[in-house]
Amino acid sequence: MSAGSAKASLGNDQVTLKVEGLKKYFPVHRGFLQRVSGWVKAVDGVDFEVLQGKTLGLVGESGCGKSTVARLILRLLEPDGGRVIYRGSDITRLSEKEMKPLRKEMQIVFQDPFGSLNPRMTVGQSIEEGLRILGMPRPQRKERTRELLEMVGISGSNADRYPHEFSGGQRQRIGVARALSVEPSLIICDEPISALDVSIQAQIINLLEDLREQLGLSYIFISHDLNVVSYLSDRVAVMYLGHIMEYASADELFENPLHPYTLALLSAVPVAKPGQDVEIKSLGGDVPSPLDPPPGCKFQGRGPLVEERCRLEEVDFWEPGGGHQVRCWKVGEG
Amino acid sequence: MTNSQETLEGPLAPRQTRLQEFWRLFRQNRLAILGLVFFVLFFITALTGLILTSGHDPLFDPALIRLQEKLLPPFSRPNPNTLSPDEFPTLGLYLLGTENLGRDGFARMLQGAWVSLTVGFVAVGISLLVGIFMGGIAGHFGQNHIRVGDILLACLLLAGGLFIVIGYVYPGFIIIAIALVCAIGRLTSRINPTSIWSAIVNRAAISVDTLIMRIVDIMLCFPSFFLILTVVALLPASIYNIMIVIGLTSWMGATRFVRAEFLSLREQDFVTAARALGVRNFRIIFRHMMPNAIAPVLVSATIGIATAILTEAGLSFLGFGVPPPHATWGNILSDGKRFIFDAPWLTFVPGIAILIVVLSFNLFGEGLRDALNPKLRER
Repeated sequence: MSAGSAKASLGNDQVTLKVEGLKKYFPVHRGFLQRVSGWVKAVDGVDFEVLQGKTLGLVGESGCGKSTVARLILRLLEPDGGRVIYRGSDITRLSEKEMKPLRKEMQIVFQDPFGSLNPRMTVGQSIEEGLRILGMPRPQRKERTRELLEMVGISGSNADRYPHEFSGGQRQRIGVARALSVEPSLIICDEPISALDVSIQAQIINLLEDLREQLGLSYIFISHDLNVVSYLSDRVAVMYLGHIMEYASADELFENPLHPYTLALLSAVPVAKPGQDVEIKSLGGDVPSPLDPPPGCKFQGRGPLVEERCRLEEVDFWEPGGGHQVRCWKVGEG
Repeated sequence: MTNSQETLEGPLAPRQTRLQEFWRLFRQNRLAILGLVFFVLFFITALTGLILTSGHDPLFDPALIRLQEKLLPPFSRPNPNTLSPDEFPTLGLYLLGTENLGRDGFARMLQGAWVSLTVGFVAVGISLLVGIFMGGIAGHFGQNHIRVGDILLACLLLAGGLFIVIGYVYPGFIIIAIALVCAIGRLTSRINPTSIWSAIVNRAAISVDTLIMRIVDIMLCFPSFFLILTVVALLPASIYNIMIVIGLTSWMGATRFVRAEFLSLREQDFVTAARALGVRNFRIIFRHMMPNAIAPVLVSATIGIATAILTEAGLSFLGFGVPPPHATWGNILSDGKRFIFDAPWLTFVPGIAILIVVLSFNLFGEGLRDALNPKLRER
């Protein structure tokens, strides 16, 4: 599997982050003695890479492991398998101490703007936490905090206000400013707009785009909103039940989607043309429990064409070319 | 660097600090305001009481015996013919009467107020220190496991300590020395990691969280008043021992509160964000989590002060409290009960004082809880 994604490295672009065969299994405890009765395979072998200055979109339904991937990359959770490679060096097994200088390089923006800022700290103090980490002397921090706030479109004079005085969109901007405070090169946006009003969503997306151009950031943009992902991303990975089902450049994925899951997701995107009939390809069945997933293809029982082989064999990627990868042998064989 | 396409925004909400917001909510609760007023009055009374009743020649002498003036009702005037000028009360009357030895009830109540105040605050201070520490450990490091080896070591150290305490000094030192050698051996990992010994010693026995919370459960099982009675009967009678004992038997509530808060805070995004920034563990606990965990603890502490005052009064009433001649509300009550039909003011005055103070602390605490409840705040 990992060999497949290595081949997909594109041209001479610099790879910022590469993930190989990433796994995270959560134990399930049962009974009086709390013995481990099973494992939830939240992330089960995920590969992708993020290029310098580009955006990787990570799409999938709730509970498919998107946020777990984000936390694994940041080493907020310990991976159970696979490797996270940042700029060519493996950071999977680094100790907390060795990890510390690398924490500055990768930051996260959260979904919930109400929970992501400390209610007992002024927004300035929250941002200054990052500047402290950089080792910036105290007098300069105030100045830099103002700069960061203005960079995200909030007046710098508001640094001594508390989060509850701001609206959701403003708090999300402050969250972005905090992430920027340590001058990272990669920001993981964990559904940064799904808790916001539509009008505010556009502002945040534009802000993220502007910052990418100004600062040369790379993003991993996690979302279940395909419209937004198609607008922002250079490459897209579609996740389902801890696996990547389809991985391609954004243009390729939206023009030539191959996996039945991607097709279903795309058909669910509302089209802004009244009167036009759109056939929604709804999926049969339910998402199998990640606690005890069936053998074979994880998507079996939901796709339109299921055969005996889907139930028995683990499916590997099939590559139609152009860096496009699909985890479905039916597509490969036509 | 400015953002080209958007103008700078200010916040929409009116500027209001958390304190202002808290006060706005707190003010709506009349009873809580009443509680706060009595809280402050009690504080001032106790402080002035300490100043006026202590020292070599106090303004109000709570220890001055005037046998010829005993059991006078409140507001009665002293008889100037039988008293020498130094014995004459400062106010010219006995505001709260006199007791069976003719000591001034008002002076004794003033002296007792300071005892109640210090017992309340110091005991609750001790219980908060222990409670926050234990709760913080259980909530933040609770998932770490204590290994069998750690338990064996602790048992060895305890056994050694016990030997020394009961007089077998040499065996005690030998056991402690063995324990220390084992500890150094474990820390420097001299034990072969594949051996069966290592497997036993490194087996996870119990999680830190389970251990601390079971200790809390056990402590809660004791009827704490009788535990305090037993301990106080064994220790020399002194006000400091009582504060410490009350403090060490009432930390369990704070532990549970802090643990619960930490468990929920640990999963909050702003804590994750701090961790992702690389903020040190120590700073995350004390700068990011503790200020958010402290509100419910302070509420329970306010009510805890009332309980501690009540416990001290109960102990003094039973004669296990602060030793005489120092007056406390509890022992004034206790001394007065023999004369309850002849001189009811001796029991009613301290009784009503205790009632008012405890009630006002409880009302204040409940008002605090309501005002700090995030569900009552607007976002």
